[in-house]
Amino acid sequence: MSRIREAFKNGKAFIPFITGGDPDIETTEKILYALYEAGADIIEIGIPFSDPIAEGPVIEAADERALKGGCTTDMLFGLVARVRADIGVPILFMTYYNPVFAYGAERFTKRCADCGLDGLIVPDLPFEEREELLMPCESKGLELISLIAPTSEERITEIAKNSSGFLYCVSSLGVTGVRSKLGDSARHMIKLAKQAAGLPCAVGFGISTPEQAREMAEFSDGVIVGSAIVRMIAEHGRGCVEPVRAFAKEMKRAIK
Amino acid sequence: MAKGRFGIYGGQYVPEILMNAVGDLVRSYERWRKDPEFIRELEDLLKNYAGRPSLLYHAKKMTADLGGAKIYLKREDLNHTGSHKINNVLGQALLAKKMGKTRLIAETGAGQHGVATATAAVLLGMDCEIFMGREDTERQALNVYRMELLGAKVNCVTTGTSTLKDAVNATMREWAGRMDDTHYCLGSVMGPHPFPTMVRDFQSVIGREIKEQMKTAEGKLPDSVIACVGGGSNAIGSFYEFIGDACVDLVGCEAAGKGVDTPENAATITNGAVGVFHGMKSYFCQDAFGQIAPVHSISAGLDYPGVGPEHAALSDKGRARYVAVTDKEAVGAFEYLTRTEGIIPAIESAHAVAYAMKYAPTLDKSKIIVITLSGRGDKDVAQVARYKGVAINEQDS
Repeated sequence: MSRIREAFKNGKAFIPFITGGDPDIETTEKILYALYEAGADIIEIGIPFSDPIAEGPVIEAADERALKGGCTTDMLFGLVARVRADIGVPILFMTYYNPVFAYGAERFTKRCADCGLDGLIVPDLPFEEREELLMPCESKGLELISLIAPTSEERITEIAKNSSGFLYCVSSLGVTGVRSKLGDSARHMIKLAKQAAGLPCAVGFGISTPEQAREMAEFSDGVIVGSAIVRMIAEHGRGCVEPVRAFAKEMKRAIK
Repeated sequence: MAKGRFGIYGGQYVPEILMNAVGDLVRSYERWRKDPEFIRELEDLLKNYAGRPSLLYHAKKMTADLGGAKIYLKREDLNHTGSHKINNVLGQALLAKKMGKTRLIAETGAGQHGVATATAAVLLGMDCEIFMGREDTERQALNVYRMELLGAKVNCVTTGTSTLKDAVNATMREWAGRMDDTHYCLGSVMGPHPFPTMVRDFQSVIGREIKEQMKTAEGKLPDSVIACVGGGSNAIGSFYEFIGDACVDLVGCEAAGKGVDTPENAATITNGAVGVFHGMKSYFCQDAFGQIAPVHSISAGLDYPGVGPEHAALSDKGRARYVAVTDKEAVGAFEYLTRTEGIIPAIESAHAVAYAMKYAPTLDKSKIIVITLSGRGDKDVAQVARYKGVAINEQDS
């Protein structure tokens, strides 16, 4: 069983997301340790992108800050290599496809594997287009995580059957970001996915409070929390590590 | 691999949440494009509302002045709303209506596509929201007001470089949040399949008319067809009919901004590299890590870091060639055509005119060039005055 699948074995998984290099690489490194110590089961690091079309304003602004601060893909490879030995949970890159393509899929996945990364989430590479990245990933033991959305309908079964690691279930329409209310669409989507395959299903997009995390964890295998943490980083800058740690602990507790 | 490929280019690189919407659009377009009633309605709109066919005008003074090839202008500037954009918009709006959509959203750069979309929304009784970069709302203030007059809501986009690419980002995000009643009326031959194919089909009326009109006027094919390229819809619309005619030289004119050897340009095919962005694999201006580059052009409509996938394929195959034209050359051509023929071209179209001004004198008088004038230049008068340092009384300060 892959390390990503293992991460779902001890109850519901808490999966935090942060944008790499926001506010700077040193702080990102400290946040990674804080999230791990707070009980994160998988950690997602976003490679900042100039035009993150699936993100709402919170993560978009983080990407902009990180790029302005000079963060590059190579710096994030270096970061993962540095922390890998000390962080005992899977680490994933969340990246738009162009940074991978520009790097070269072969070269990019090799560097991922060399620095000990576990997998990739590529939001603008849908199921039908993923082959060009799937093969380089598979040959290096990386898992390419599939996304499903409330609009996926009949696509859910096919995607679920042909995926590995876990299914990233987009909770509701729109882009990433904090939402006051989450609909019922996620529940239905996860039911369909579960019927098709035995893959763990983690819900993301819009989960910002312990109450929402608890509600989503009831019918899923894990919750992904991004914008709420990134917003905290934006507020506190380099002083964000302790507030983020406290928030992560609270979220982890909520879904136990 | 998803359909909608031009060689290795094209595809459907969009977030999962949009895959069903683009799939629906593929199916609906396939169903309606061959429907006799749809075809009749669209032809009626193009003829009786947009004013097609547009003229193919023999530019005698320009021809004589340049002293080389005979020059014709394909007058898309004479269409209703003032540009070629209406061809595509009427097609998509009609299709959206057939699909049961009640609301159109669109990005716009110079505002021509936004105005055309707002116009079609009025005509077909649909709601309309336009996304436009802040920089463009400033340099094209007149078009913002035109859209508002037409009842559209204009959203000013302040993220990234605040230009066309950011307007596309914002419109895609809006669509991802609301697709039940909403059609994204994309303005160029870009984005995920089926847009590059569908928009090309709606624009290919330009080239079909050129061929027909040229046959009447000269009894033969033109030697060159020249058009400006941002995303590339007026260019592909002009080229498509001639792709099979190997003797016809097809030339796309990209925006070189302050020069292709400066960082401030938007010459995607000249300077860019293959990448994946805005739903498609194509050429993009980008850095070594795949970050999309901030681009520059005096023309808001060409100020875009990518190009339609079919152009990328035509360039690779050598079937069309792509040249870069600077801001300065475009402004020169804007003034030249105005003074020579009494036609004020859009600053976008002036890029094609500028190249023709260099190219025509190198050709024999027996050769024929067609320049597609994609739009009229009224919207650009204030911008050109600013560029020239001329104070005019347009109160936008």
